[in-house]
Amino acid sequence: MPEITLREALQRGLREALDGNPNVYLMGEDIGAYGGAYAITAGFIDEYGPERIRDVPISENTFVGAAIGSAIGGLRPIVEFMSISFSLLAFDQMINIGAAIRYMSGGQFKVPIVIRAPTGSGIQLAATHSHAFENWLASVPGFRVVAPTTPYDALGLLRSALAEDNPVIMAEHVSLYGRRGEVPDDRYTVPIGKADVKLAGSDITLVAFAHGVVTAFEVADKLKERGIAAEVIDLRSLRPLDMDTILKSIAKTNRVALIDDNWRTGGMMAEVSAQISEQGFDLLDGPVARVGGDDVPAPYSRPLEQLVIPDSDRVIQAIQKTYGI
Amino acid sequence: MKVLERAKKTLLADLFRQMYLIRVFEEKCGELYGKGLIRGFLHLYIGQEANAVGAISVLRPEDHIVTHYRDHGHALARGLDVNRCMAELFGRATGVSRGKGGSMHLFDASRNFYGGHAIVGGHFPLACGLALAAQYKREDRVVLVFFGDGSVNQGTFHEAMNLASLWRLPVIFYLENNLYGMGSAAGRVRAAGSDFQGAGHAYGMDVVTVDGMDVMAVREATQAAAERARSGKGPAFIEAKTFRFQGHSMADPVKYRGHSEVEHWRKRDPLVTFPRTLVENGLVTEKELDRIRKEVEATIDEAIKFAEDSPWPGPEAVNEDIYA
Repeated sequence: MPEITLREALQRGLREALDGNPNVYLMGEDIGAYGGAYAITAGFIDEYGPERIRDVPISENTFVGAAIGSAIGGLRPIVEFMSISFSLLAFDQMINIGAAIRYMSGGQFKVPIVIRAPTGSGIQLAATHSHAFENWLASVPGFRVVAPTTPYDALGLLRSALAEDNPVIMAEHVSLYGRRGEVPDDRYTVPIGKADVKLAGSDITLVAFAHGVVTAFEVADKLKERGIAAEVIDLRSLRPLDMDTILKSIAKTNRVALIDDNWRTGGMMAEVSAQISEQGFDLLDGPVARVGGDDVPAPYSRPLEQLVIPDSDRVIQAIQKTYGI
Repeated sequence: MKVLERAKKTLLADLFRQMYLIRVFEEKCGELYGKGLIRGFLHLYIGQEANAVGAISVLRPEDHIVTHYRDHGHALARGLDVNRCMAELFGRATGVSRGKGGSMHLFDASRNFYGGHAIVGGHFPLACGLALAAQYKREDRVVLVFFGDGSVNQGTFHEAMNLASLWRLPVIFYLENNLYGMGSAAGRVRAAGSDFQGAGHAYGMDVVTVDGMDVMAVREATQAAAERARSGKGPAFIEAKTFRFQGHSMADPVKYRGHSEVEHWRKRDPLVTFPRTLVENGLVTEKELDRIRKEVEATIDEAIKFAEDSPWPGPEAVNEDIYA
């Protein structure tokens, strides 16, 4: 199977959407002539023209709101944030209209929009460009939220997102754009709301998403050296959350470690942990081992930034402390 | 006068009927709120009727309307079912938003009525987006967005004015300047004072100021703006000077403005001046107006009965309409 990068997988999905439906258009800051902050749409404007590859003024709340309005008006916009940090400026439109207008109107409107947002830290952009808010968005009824780790999942989830008549937020960890992976040529999809067992094992379940999955694999490698077989579950979807896959795994391993790059307090894994304690308490040999990012604004300096993002050693320590393995 | 003479008598009578419908609807809502039959926040449109009725009367059915939370007048002027509007305020399953929106969130997709929005200024981007969809699909539609003077201080106003002008979107920005954003006089919270033409000029828009107590003047201004937007010349900005006779909401004791100011505006009440002018000029008879009044009052009584008799939403409705 051919290997491509996650960036190329996204590009393939976006081109398919543009080619397949004249009502699909892309909108974002500097996605056209500039080619996008992370070069996802490089060259697109030459292929599809400025009406479909729309550069916008720097006014997040309004261009996202306008995209939502155009979706209600019958188009299928794909919006790109330059950073998920900038989505804070658009929470009003996203949440008060995008997620709520269908409910508030008694089901009269559809909002078929995909919002792509580079997220996460690790490239020294400090506190205004490194925080991740996909877990905040995942707490909003009306949204679907996905966070792919592999090129295969990125393309498959994007295809599913584009088949939805609901707002879908795709959180794209900036450190993953260049990662390579196998992607078949056929038009497969990855369902939204289904976690994936990325590595099968019998001794402990590691649950993570996006860049956290990379850490989980490092943890699994280190545990393997000690004869411990870890199962790695990639959430892929943050809303809806696939608890079945997690519980099924815990029923087998009786141990679980949750890995979250983002702030630990109120993080995505706080929700997963709560649901495990509600639905899987009897399956566990001990408490949930939860490892999250430090509760500090993201620092710039390399050694400081590396300190706040959980690495495999921190996860191993948590597992040893919790389960004695 | 010339405008009046050119207009058909049936149109004039209908404009009166619509304004009176809103007036009586709102007065009854105030009473029902006092009795606890309508809850939540309730913002009455009394005094501003000429704006909704005049502006919406020149639109086509395929045009879009987006408005703020003081939305009953716009909904009724757009022809939303009176019974179902009242039922919405009662929180009943038969309401225009199935009882899930309430007073501030009236919607009717079949009439291209996109709410009813209660984050001040939060609806400007939606208006731009609907206009973008129309422009993109080469549809012959314009979007009329109503907003108050308070929302002009929101970032979304400036962002949307910029976007609409930049992309020549077919949007009519209709400012209902009722001089107060809740309890704050416009000039007290806006550096450029209480005249708003500059806000339109700053974004290169066609700007017109109109008497928002004069339904015919409102019609004329909106017609011109709609033609401009339809012809691809882009958005327009209308500032209508108007006044709400009652408080911001039912909770407002109105301590921030004087009695004389209210009296001054009450003399210009469109529900007094417009019918008087019609009768004085022999365009509609007093008898005809009385007939309309009785019909409207019966319609509202019927709407209240409809709302009272309507079922509450069942518990299953809680989890419906979240996802398509």
